[in-house]
Amino acid sequence: MISYRSVTKRFADGTVAVQDFSLDVPRGTLTVLAGSSGCGKTTLMRMVNRMVDPSSGQVLVDGEDVAGRDPVALRRRIGYVMQNSGLLPHRTVAQNIATVPRLNGVDRRAARRRTGEMMELVGLDAKLADRYPAQLSGGQQQRVGVARGLAADPDILLMDEPFGAVDPLVRSELQRQLRQLHGQIGTTILFVTHDMDEALALGDQIVLLRAGADIAQQGTPREFVAEPANDFVRTFLGLDRGQRTLHRERAADGSIVVVDAHGRPAGVLAEPDGRPDDGAHPGAAADGGPRPGIQDAPGA
Amino acid sequence: MNWVLDNLPLIADRTWAHLATSLPAILAALVISVPLGWLAHRYRILNGPVLTGAGLMYAIPSLPLFIVLPVLIGTGVRDVVNVVVALTLYGVALLVRSVADGLDGVPPEARGAAVALGYPPLRRFLTVDLPLAGPVILSGLRVVAVSTVSLCTVGAVLGIPSLGLLFTDGFQRGILAEILTGIVLTVVLALALDRLLVVLGRLAMPWTRAEAGA
Repeated sequence: MISYRSVTKRFADGTVAVQDFSLDVPRGTLTVLAGSSGCGKTTLMRMVNRMVDPSSGQVLVDGEDVAGRDPVALRRRIGYVMQNSGLLPHRTVAQNIATVPRLNGVDRRAARRRTGEMMELVGLDAKLADRYPAQLSGGQQQRVGVARGLAADPDILLMDEPFGAVDPLVRSELQRQLRQLHGQIGTTILFVTHDMDEALALGDQIVLLRAGADIAQQGTPREFVAEPANDFVRTFLGLDRGQRTLHRERAADGSIVVVDAHGRPAGVLAEPDGRPDDGAHPGAAADGGPRPGIQDAPGA
Repeated sequence: MNWVLDNLPLIADRTWAHLATSLPAILAALVISVPLGWLAHRYRILNGPVLTGAGLMYAIPSLPLFIVLPVLIGTGVRDVVNVVVALTLYGVALLVRSVADGLDGVPPEARGAAVALGYPPLRRFLTVDLPLAGPVILSGLRVVAVSTVSLCTVGAVLGIPSLGLLFTDGFQRGILAEILTGIVLTVVLALALDRLLVVLGRLAMPWTRAEAGA
């Protein structure tokens, strides 16, 4: 478990990135820190592995203040996945994934075996092992980043907008796999994003931050959509613009289509068994993620 | 041509002496430039003094340097060590900037990733920063190699053996073939060393080919 206790971070130039922030991230959960750029979310994440030290307050990992831990040893116990993958460009896929095990003194053969397991876990073709990062697609690079973050079997995985730079189709696939992976391995994940759709899709718990890491709302995705705490949350979610207020409408072919407040189609309605309602187009709105409340449009 | 065939052992001797003077100087320049370049890269306040100082070193004319050095380091006037030291200084003058530029050019994401992964500082420098600065350092090293091989001939004026002795001797005795041999071999040696560095660079930095092909 990660606990922030009244943490404040004042940078040398006087800017206060984080002001009196407290939060518990329960063990084994996927917690999303969401907010616009400059709200302090990345600063908060970097306090966990001591890439940033708080000016005051404490960050505890499993009850122990990280300030008392050796940063290098601490970082090897905590996985880190960054935006644009952060892969070492001069090392192959296999070498990148094996970085932390090798730093920890695991021998070459065992590291190689571990690399193979990790590549399989994140869905990377074993043939890519000897490629260099520049020879991979953006999505493949991010998978390598995740595999590297998990290779030393850390208790905590920090993810700093890891899917920000890949195209939307790949991003949603990566998100789906991360959910699945999280269910499989149960690592505590702290995930930073500015994308609320991503937060809703991934988080067990979402913490939405205003400037200075002021918590606007903390809760499950369902709570965010159903009970937004204030206007800031509503605006951030797009609730005020009608993006998440969905209505049923009957399409020309008789199927039921779900549209937002602007009449833009958002998907089709599914039966509880996952099949689309009314025999309409399969495949939408059925992935089990939290969905905004749907109300019948007047006259639909 | 006859002169060449008649003097093959002499030519081999001079070529060997030339290499034995240039190669240690090139290597020493590299070894000294890495920490100096790192200082210039790491501490902004040292950046100006180190790079300007290095640049000024290159402005010292070589012949007076060869004469002053024995006094400074206590060697004999005709000692080959003088030439090695002088060439090293010129090499450092050129290479410090390449090292500093190369380190400045290391992608910050890569450096940040290395920190986040738990690299201790020295290991990070040696296995992440330095290799990633490698292509820039290599291009500086190629200039140093060629310049050192050519400057090495100046020692001949003091009678220190190198291919340069072939031109001075050729001039004094009016043997055109000897002068030409000296010039051609100096150029060939410089080019060969340059090629060798390119090949070694490719072997040591295989990812640069991958990046070029991507």
